[in-house]
Amino acid sequence: MSSSHAKAPYYFVPGPSKWPVLAGSSLLLTMLGASAWVNGLSWGSYANLAGVFLTLVVLYNWFGDAIAESESGQYSARIDVSYRWSMSWFIFSEVMFFAAFFGALFYARSITMPWLADLDHKVLWPDFSGQWGNAGPAGTIESFKTMGPFPIPTINTALLLTSGVTLTIAHHALRAGQRGKTAFWLFATIVLGAVFMGFQAYEYIHAYHELNLKLTSGIYGSTFFMLTGFHGFHVTMGAIMLSVVLFRVLKGHFTPDHHFAFEGAAWYWHFVDVVWLGLYVVVYWL
Amino acid sequence: MSSTTVDHAHDHSHDHAHDHPHGFRRWLFATNHKDIGSLYLWFAFTMLLSGGVLALMIRAELFQPGLQLVQPEFFNQLTTMHGLIMVFGAIMPAFVGFANWMIPLQIGASDMAFARMNNFSFWLMPPAAILLVASFWVPGGATAAGWTLYAPLSTQMGPGMDMAIFAVHIMGASSIMGSINIITTILNMRAPGMTLMKMPMFCWTWLITAYLLIAVMPVLAGAITMTLTDRHFGTSFFNAAGGGDPVMYQHIFWFFGHPEVYIMILPAFGIVSQIVPAFARKPLFGYASMVYATASIAILSFIVWAHHMFTTGMPVTAQLFFMYATMLISVPTGVKVFNWVATMWKGSMTFETPMLFAVGFIFVFTMGGFTGLILAVTPIDIQLQDTYYVVAHFHYVLVAGSLFALFAGYYYWSPKWTGFMYNETRGKIHFWGSLIAFNVTFFPMHFLGLAGMPRRYADYPAQFTDFNQVATIGAFWFGLMQVYFILAVVIPSIKGGKPAPAKPWDGAEGLEWTVPSPAPFHTFEEPPVVK
Amino acid sequence: VVDSQGGPAVRQLNLQTPVTQIAEQIYSIHNLMLVICLVIFIAVFGVMFYSILKHRKSVGHEAATFHESTAVEIAWTVVPFLIVIGMALPATKTVVAMKDTSNADLTIKVTGMQWKWGYDYLKGEGEGISFLSTLATPRTQVGAPGVAPTEARGDNYLLEVDNQVVVPVNKKVRMITTANDVIHSWTIPAFGVKQDAIPGFVRDTWFKAEKIGTYRGQCVELCGKEHAFMPIVVNVVSDEDYKKWVETKKKEMAAKADDPNKVWTVDELKQRGEKVYAANCVACHQASGKGVPGAFPALDGSAVVAGEKAGQMAIVMNGKNGMPSWKATLSDTEIAAVITYTRNNWSNKSAENIVQPAEVLAARK
Ligand code: HEA
Ligand code: HEA
Ligand code: CUA
Ligand SMILES: [Cu+2]
Repeated sequence: MSSSHAKAPYYFVPGPSKWPVLAGSSLLLTMLGASAWVNGLSWGSYANLAGVFLTLVVLYNWFGDAIAESESGQYSARIDVSYRWSMSWFIFSEVMFFAAFFGALFYARSITMPWLADLDHKVLWPDFSGQWGNAGPAGTIESFKTMGPFPIPTINTALLLTSGVTLTIAHHALRAGQRGKTAFWLFATIVLGAVFMGFQAYEYIHAYHELNLKLTSGIYGSTFFMLTGFHGFHVTMGAIMLSVVLFRVLKGHFTPDHHFAFEGAAWYWHFVDVVWLGLYVVVYWL
Repeated sequence: MSSTTVDHAHDHSHDHAHDHPHGFRRWLFATNHKDIGSLYLWFAFTMLLSGGVLALMIRAELFQPGLQLVQPEFFNQLTTMHGLIMVFGAIMPAFVGFANWMIPLQIGASDMAFARMNNFSFWLMPPAAILLVASFWVPGGATAAGWTLYAPLSTQMGPGMDMAIFAVHIMGASSIMGSINIITTILNMRAPGMTLMKMPMFCWTWLITAYLLIAVMPVLAGAITMTLTDRHFGTSFFNAAGGGDPVMYQHIFWFFGHPEVYIMILPAFGIVSQIVPAFARKPLFGYASMVYATASIAILSFIVWAHHMFTTGMPVTAQLFFMYATMLISVPTGVKVFNWVATMWKGSMTFETPMLFAVGFIFVFTMGGFTGLILAVTPIDIQLQDTYYVVAHFHYVLVAGSLFALFAGYYYWSPKWTGFMYNETRGKIHFWGSLIAFNVTFFPMHFLGLAGMPRRYADYPAQFTDFNQVATIGAFWFGLMQVYFILAVVIPSIKGGKPAPAKPWDGAEGLEWTVPSPAPFHTFEEPPVVK
Repeated sequence: VVDSQGGPAVRQLNLQTPVTQIAEQIYSIHNLMLVICLVIFIAVFGVMFYSILKHRKSVGHEAATFHESTAVEIAWTVVPFLIVIGMALPATKTVVAMKDTSNADLTIKVTGMQWKWGYDYLKGEGEGISFLSTLATPRTQVGAPGVAPTEARGDNYLLEVDNQVVVPVNKKVRMITTANDVIHSWTIPAFGVKQDAIPGFVRDTWFKAEKIGTYRGQCVELCGKEHAFMPIVVNVVSDEDYKKWVETKKKEMAAKADDPNKVWTVDELKQRGEKVYAANCVACHQASGKGVPGAFPALDGSAVVAGEKAGQMAIVMNGKNGMPSWKATLSDTEIAAVITYTRNNWSNKSAENIVQPAEVLAARK
């Protein structure tokens, strides 16, 4: 346990804080802006981006407070357990969010497609075959090519799996008190994540320009981009978390047995990994 | 040694600054679970009145056939917003308010696990409410697609729809954070000696409810995100032309929607399970089976969603599966009802207002449960789906169920909150008035539904007039009873009255009754030890 | 008010009188369920109220201390389980029967549209018949906020249509449902039939009406503002009457099928257009042509109506935002007529004041 630990209260309860209500207000601005933006109002984008920016500023300060409390030894072991529970449940909620989109993909492929192509539906769509990766029965969607697993997604799989390993090395190093080694492998993990995102961006450009595969490409394009897009967003979030952790490692935060921020970010990273494996199989392979 | 003293003194003054925050900061920056609980309760009651006013506008229009007060497009907005506001703005936050107030007190914790995040959960609600209510004034008005926001009707809506989507996103985030907080508090902060199986039922039901919330709110977020991208970014999730399917929306929505209705009833079961033993002066019958029944309801709730979709034309196997699964839920729910009755059996009962509302709850909720069971029978549902029978069913379980349990809980715990006893006579007037007016409002709707009156109708065939008139009269009466509640019961008991003892109910048990009334700002800073 | 023939009765308490076997089964399952539920209800609450009366402190009852009994708890888990299964079994047979749409004598496709129904007789006697069916109750009976109805309400207020579906008695009729815009739902309570009509998909259901008569239902899936104003009326007739109806309907259709190459005068088209407008457009754009500000644009004084006819034709035929596409539902002559009508009505005096059916036909290609 850290040396300052002895002083920690039984369960630290923070005093009044202005951050939550400010975060709520900036989210209101964000969402009002978003509503206006999607409806083509000129002020919408500014309001939305300002809202996002303000939210980030608030969160930065808020987390700053929490880090300061942690580093000043206010957090007892019991608080550590609270963080563990909360991170696990948060990740569970993320799993369910992805489940909605995986469910949509599954439903569209195994229920909607055969349905639209069956004998009864010849009344409406006489020539529809229902092959997965089609442009929909109405002929209103430009034709496109589907995305296969080679080469980019496979490289990306390798990248993410490797990043899981490097992160584990970093964790072992932290537990052994080797700060330099921790920072190095953590940095390597973030770089792998960034390269992954680079490839992903390249893949999107390829899809739009060479395959004519777009977000508007029927249910195939919808599920493809929403699933991979949300995954990419989560990789970015994970990379940001890891960067913050790296920064804190460099600043000398954490001890070999008191470093939940590191572990939480690592759990998240592994979760993002697992989601990718699911994507790799059901979006690219099948 | 001296340094310790200094430290202590410092700690003390430091604590004091936290101890009594005053003015607007106390509420805006609150990290105290009791203050945040009160904020939630006030917010929820405000929303109940707002949603209630919308309901009264609906009922006023339906007083007679023909169009008298509102255009049909506005009527649909009223219906939709009434549903959304009541579900997400009134009932759910009210239960969260109870959780905030009572869970730390019941398990002997000093506060919620994440006090600041707790405040964030609350301060997400007003922005969401602002988005929802403001949407009435944007071009095209609020969303009029029904609270279920079915595609592709939702695709036709104006900007009000987007505001509703974003509002639901925000409320979803709030619910998820609130639930994480509740689960963590319960799992990690129980006083030494309080094992899970010694925990008060209210905590158990909330533990399971929070789990349901975390499991299904993200799914709702996914569904409405797809609606958003279908509306504005050209995706085809719910559009057959591109290979999507409107029915897919319904599957995703109801995968959330059905557990959601249990989210709104399980904490009610918890409240009632606290109150009945207290006034029967006898321990809760079958504590363990209550826990198992709650868990079974939660688990079953994930596999029954398509009973809302019997008329969409599912394969026969699916219809049968969902019919049987749905009907099974009556078994654990029945266990609860039987246990309550057995708790009362050979007790030594008194009937103060909390008990009246609890008994009223059991009685009327069961009626709603039985109509649910009747709806679960596929062929009958095909006759009754989207008629007023369904409206009757869910108001029996939501108003006489969830809302009555909330009232029961209010009367039971308000002495602990305010330090004063409410006025018993007025409480009884509120109970009897509400019970009778409730049945006058919603009982005739069963007949309307059986006879075939569709829901979400701004105008109806003249044969339905009489029962509609009765319902409208009942609705205004019921509304008045709630105004009476706030003016004659709640506000006076905040201002003063008979001081409440630490334990005003002689049969009540639990740690919350070991602290003074009103509960001090800080409680259980050192955890009590439970035998 | 008196009972509606084939619709709801005044102060009706139970399901509508069944006229198919399925509806009859539903009726009796419902009654059975009701009785079982009532019995359980009375048993459970009989016990509860007995206890409330006898086991209260004010009559001096002392509290017992028991708080569990495994045997009792198992019993009241198992017994309800058995009851529930007992309830579901008879329903299972009906579910299976309801889904069996094979071997139909007559197949009719019904298309839900905002806000009317389209019917196409696909197979069986009468094949080829097709028509639209809209609310026949005049708006003068409905009224509007601030405007009292000027006409007394009829017995079938909101339950009457201009073109009824006609089917022969004692024949198995398969209904195929679909929709053009949003989900609607087609139901006739007396038949025990309700099936959502889903845009882009077809679903089916069936009925075999056993009694001659007129039967009424209403759209039961929220479909926008006129959701309450798109009723369904099915006329069940004898075999002979059905044959007669098919004949007259076919003749009527042949006569109505306008020659798209006929050249019309402005007045002729205006006259025809007024009817088309009243049946299709008035719900949104209003009789006054003023629309509903913020929701539905005005046609009176509209730039589109005053401008080139090609622009207006494109919008009417292909739709725009909330405006549906009328290509499929209106004939060339009807589209030409209604456009000509709007160009010469209210305060409108458009420069290009007439559209001929041939132009619409050309624009279709
Ligand atoms: C608090 C909310 C709540 C609760 C608890 C319930 C509980 C139940 N509901 Fe309800 N329901 C809603 C809220 C709720 N519902 C809402 C909001 C809708 C409409 C949504 C919309 O479309 O807008 C709806 C709609 C709805 C439908 C769809 C109707 C339709 O649209 O066509 C169905 C169909 O199966 C259904 C069934 C049930 C069943 C079987 C239960 C069961 O859980 C009830 C179990 C309880 C009992 C049965 C009583 C007690 C038991 C005993 C005393 C034991 C003895 C009994 C026997 C042996 C039989 N509900
Ligand atoms: C969740 C809880 C909940 C609650 C508590 C209620 C409460 C009420 N509901 Fe609600 N209702 C729903 C949930 C709820 N409802 C849902 C989910 C739907 C479906 C929506 C949909 O179809 O999409 C619905 C639909 C619905 C309909 C069907 C509408 C339609 O199909 O078109 C009707 C019709 O009568 C109705 C009536 C009422 C009434 C009279 C009350 C009463 O209990 C309300 C009591 C009134 C008050 C509490 C108001 C008190 C205030 C005053 C008297 C004025 C005071 C003045 C000021 C403050 C200035 N509701
Ligand atoms: Cu068509 Cu409701
Ligand atoms: Cu349900």
